[in-house]
Amino acid sequence: MNSLNRKLFRDLWQMKGQAVAIALVMSCGIATFVLSRSMLHSLQLTQDTYYQRYNFADVFATLKRAPESLTERLAEIPGVGQVQTRIVVNVNLSVPGFDEPASGKLISLPETHRPRLNQLYFRQGRWLAPGRDDEVLASEAFSLANDLHVGDTISAVINGRQKKLRIVGIALSPEYIYEIKPGDLLPDNEHFGVFWMNHEALSIAYDLDGAFNDLSISLLHGASAPEVIQRVDDLIEPYGGLGSYDREDQLSNKFLDNEIEQNRNMGMFAPTIFLAVAAFLLNVVMTRTINTQREQIAALKAFGYSNLEVGGHYLKSVLLIVAGALLVGIPMGIWFGGVVTEMYAKLFHFPEFTFRIYPSVLLGASGVAMTAGVLGTIGSIARAVRLPPAEAMRPESPTGYGPTLLERLGLGRLVPPVALMVLRQLERHPLKTMLSTIAIALAVSVLVLGNYMQDSVNYMMAAQFHWVQRYDMSVATTEAVADRAIYELGSMPGVLLCEPNRYVSVRLRAGSRHRRVGILGIRSDSDLFGLVNMDGKPVPLPPGGLLVSQKLAEILDVGVGDWVQLEVLQGKKPIRQAMIAGTLQDFAGLSVYMEIDALRQLMREGPVVTGAHLLVDPKFQTALYRELKETPLISAVTVKQHAIDSFDKTVAENLRVMKSINLLFACIIAIGVVYNSARISLSERSRELATLRVVGFTRGEISAILLGELAVITLAAIPVGLVCGRFFAWWMTIAFDQELFRFPLVISQQTYAFAAAVVLVASTASGLVVRRRLDELDLVAVLKSRE
Amino acid sequence: MAGRATGDHFSRKLLTAMTGKTATTQESVFAARKITKVYHMGEVDVHALRGVDLDLYRGEFVVLLGPSGSGKSTLLNILGGLDSPSSGTVFYGDQQLTDFDDAALTRYRRYHVGFVFQFYNLIPSLTARENVGLITEIASNPMTPSEALAMVDLADRADHFPAQLSGGEQQRVAIARAVAKRPEVLLCDEPTGALDVQTGVLVLEVIQKINRELGTTTAVITHNAVIAEMADRVIHLSGGKITGVETNTTKREAAELTW
Ligand SMILES: Nc1ncnc2c1ncn2[C@@H]1O[C@H](COP(=O)(O)OP(=O)(O)O)[C@@H](O)[C@H]1O
Ligand SMILES: [Mg+2]
Repeated sequence: MNSLNRKLFRDLWQMKGQAVAIALVMSCGIATFVLSRSMLHSLQLTQDTYYQRYNFADVFATLKRAPESLTERLAEIPGVGQVQTRIVVNVNLSVPGFDEPASGKLISLPETHRPRLNQLYFRQGRWLAPGRDDEVLASEAFSLANDLHVGDTISAVINGRQKKLRIVGIALSPEYIYEIKPGDLLPDNEHFGVFWMNHEALSIAYDLDGAFNDLSISLLHGASAPEVIQRVDDLIEPYGGLGSYDREDQLSNKFLDNEIEQNRNMGMFAPTIFLAVAAFLLNVVMTRTINTQREQIAALKAFGYSNLEVGGHYLKSVLLIVAGALLVGIPMGIWFGGVVTEMYAKLFHFPEFTFRIYPSVLLGASGVAMTAGVLGTIGSIARAVRLPPAEAMRPESPTGYGPTLLERLGLGRLVPPVALMVLRQLERHPLKTMLSTIAIALAVSVLVLGNYMQDSVNYMMAAQFHWVQRYDMSVATTEAVADRAIYELGSMPGVLLCEPNRYVSVRLRAGSRHRRVGILGIRSDSDLFGLVNMDGKPVPLPPGGLLVSQKLAEILDVGVGDWVQLEVLQGKKPIRQAMIAGTLQDFAGLSVYMEIDALRQLMREGPVVTGAHLLVDPKFQTALYRELKETPLISAVTVKQHAIDSFDKTVAENLRVMKSINLLFACIIAIGVVYNSARISLSERSRELATLRVVGFTRGEISAILLGELAVITLAAIPVGLVCGRFFAWWMTIAFDQELFRFPLVISQQTYAFAAAVVLVASTASGLVVRRRLDELDLVAVLKSRE
Repeated sequence: MAGRATGDHFSRKLLTAMTGKTATTQESVFAARKITKVYHMGEVDVHALRGVDLDLYRGEFVVLLGPSGSGKSTLLNILGGLDSPSSGTVFYGDQQLTDFDDAALTRYRRYHVGFVFQFYNLIPSLTARENVGLITEIASNPMTPSEALAMVDLADRADHFPAQLSGGEQQRVAIARAVAKRPEVLLCDEPTGALDVQTGVLVLEVIQKINRELGTTTAVITHNAVIAEMADRVIHLSGGKITGVETNTTKREAAELTW
């Protein structure tokens, strides 16, 4: 090794604490980059190959009943590739040993050949035997959640009749990667499952011989989905078509796309913060190093080292720190990848999901890390390169200290001299003081951001489960029925309160914009269903007109008072006009509410209902489940507690993991920044402090001078960081604003307190470490050295 | 280009012949003509050099004597290619330093010049041997670091870091570093400025020994008139001008000096 490189390594070793701290901050940025980008690509690749290999359809539609002969006409639509018709029905299930009601979808499979679209990935067991009407394939998610195996039986209420079904195989479908009950926010695999059954058996049971009620279509390359959708709608309309939609509105795909999008956002956001902080720290350290090495640089140049060699020397030390960061950050990112993959396994059901490490991502990570390192230090390195050697030989003239603002205001005498020294030091380097403050503030804000997600989701869940869903159970009927039926529900065991509702599927149209949504008609004095804004303020249900999600109003570009066209997607499919009477700032989905009688009037129908919300005495819950299961009219029962449990099992757990990771990151930033600031101050001022010691200042006093500066910066940074954290949270709220979820900007007092506390502890700890060095300060050596 | 350079070379020889008090038979290493150096410090212009003509001859030992602020360092830095004059020309042999670009100046310093500074300017993170190695690694015909350290009588301290050496020892390491490349010229800027008398004498002895044994043209800056007694020639500088040049008829040994 040549002497210059030896100098490089010894200098780095000298500042190993700082180098490690910076490398760690940088490695967090690298890890988040590797994690998010690899996860993004892995998800996309898995999604693409799964969709392609298993012929995931492009357009979907549900209808009431259409003859098979329609298939040919559908296939003739320009742009249509394959057409797959099938029967899909919603059923109530019971799993042996479970009293709780579960529901499911039964999907028909052709008996003689594989389905053309939405093919199944076969995990276990065998295919359905032709002609059997008591065999099903069960989705893997449901089987796992309920510990069901090939050979087990479940029973389902098929067209009003209880039927035992034997599970002969376990399968997965690209249609149900995210297996969620329509209308739910989170999957509850224990209580909702998808099953596949012979076509013939289903068609007989539901009187759909020679007919179908569900449609999947694949598009030819380059076909326009909106055009095909329009044509399909025209064709299926007479058969009770509910309007077709493309992948974008396909539930499972929508959630998966949302997750992919989040990874894309995180892949930008998190690395930017960490790398910016790392670049700043490198900048401070490199500026300091080059300042202290002015005369060494001059000597190197005097002896004929070229500017390039001198610049390269310092650049190399930056790149070594970056290399260290990559060595830590890449494995860390890969490890996090494993953790997140495990989290995804609970939510997304792929035949196989591997977190792949892409060389391009690793290269990208190296590229951005190096760029951050170079951007952070290029200024100081350029100064080293430009430094005229003759000038560097001259001792630097002492920097001009001036009276501080406090003194200029005439208040100088009120402040002890030690405090004045601290203030003068801070004022002398306004830029550095500001940047240090910003860096520590960033650490605070990362901590705020780390806990914000949980605060927000907790708030959202609390609001959803306490303010909105005040009921214990919600039931849906198989079709619209007279409200008398609901009063029967009210007299079932344990039902304390029963409120009927009316649900209508519609397409809302305003000009060229439109969305498929459901209108929920409820009573304006409802006790069991609350209409509340994000902030918890109840929103009154207007007597006429629609109350819509703010997001829906934005999508349709309408405001209160505007009229929209309302195309009912069921029954006789009437088209009506309705007024937007109010907007609601809700958390998820696109919702439309209407006073139930106004809705009936709009539909020109009598007092019909499609479901009810129930308040239930917990003592009678089991008995009630049983009775509901036997009620043919009821097609689905949703128990609020199950949603809460499922949330706790999946999302809450995932959030906890994410939170610990964030905490780790934030602590690294906090310690990295504070420790570095302290070390730099120590190095800049050791001479001055040693002099003060020599002339009789105590250890305590000089510690106060050094650490006072740090304390002032930390204390100033905390409020700034809390505000920045809130700003970042707000930014994230905007970035993640989707039709699916809208995270409320809720940050708890604890989150703020925690962020401040962690940074205070990190500061104190760094301060103490530096103080120990101060105690060991070799007075003679410091004064002997010339700086 | 070449023609002009030859012309300049010719006129320089002519000038030397006309002005040189010393025998024209001596070959000049440096020839500086009418050099000025002005530093612009905000409003005021500092005239560090106000038209200096100077020749240094091969193998001689010159002392530049002058009070603080008289422009000694500025002049030395210009000769050493660390700085360039505001006007005037400097020839090194038949090459015009004042025409050199940055890369050429770097090569010039790398292969021809050895510097010794008042504050040693050693690299603190390198041992004595490594500090010398830093320079021999990029030179064309260097001695080994051990040889160089032996010349300054520090063979036994080769593996010590600067912080473990006394000021005089550090300065001797700096001299070893400067001479290890076998430079044509050795430029020392107040090499004893930070040292006590005894150590200063020791350092001067080493410089004298280098000048004698290697024949290296040596210029030493000082404001200490005593040191001038060991020089072949003493050049007096004051207010950015050469105020006098004297040739010592008898040179004193460094070891005999005291102040
Ligand atoms: N880089 C510089 N900027 C401004 N003034 C300078 C600079 N270098 C030298 N000077 C001024 O030039 C004059 C000569 O300086 P210098 O050559 O260092 O003197 P000496 O070495 O004889 O003490 C002094 O007045 C000094 O202040
Ligand atoms: Mg000087």
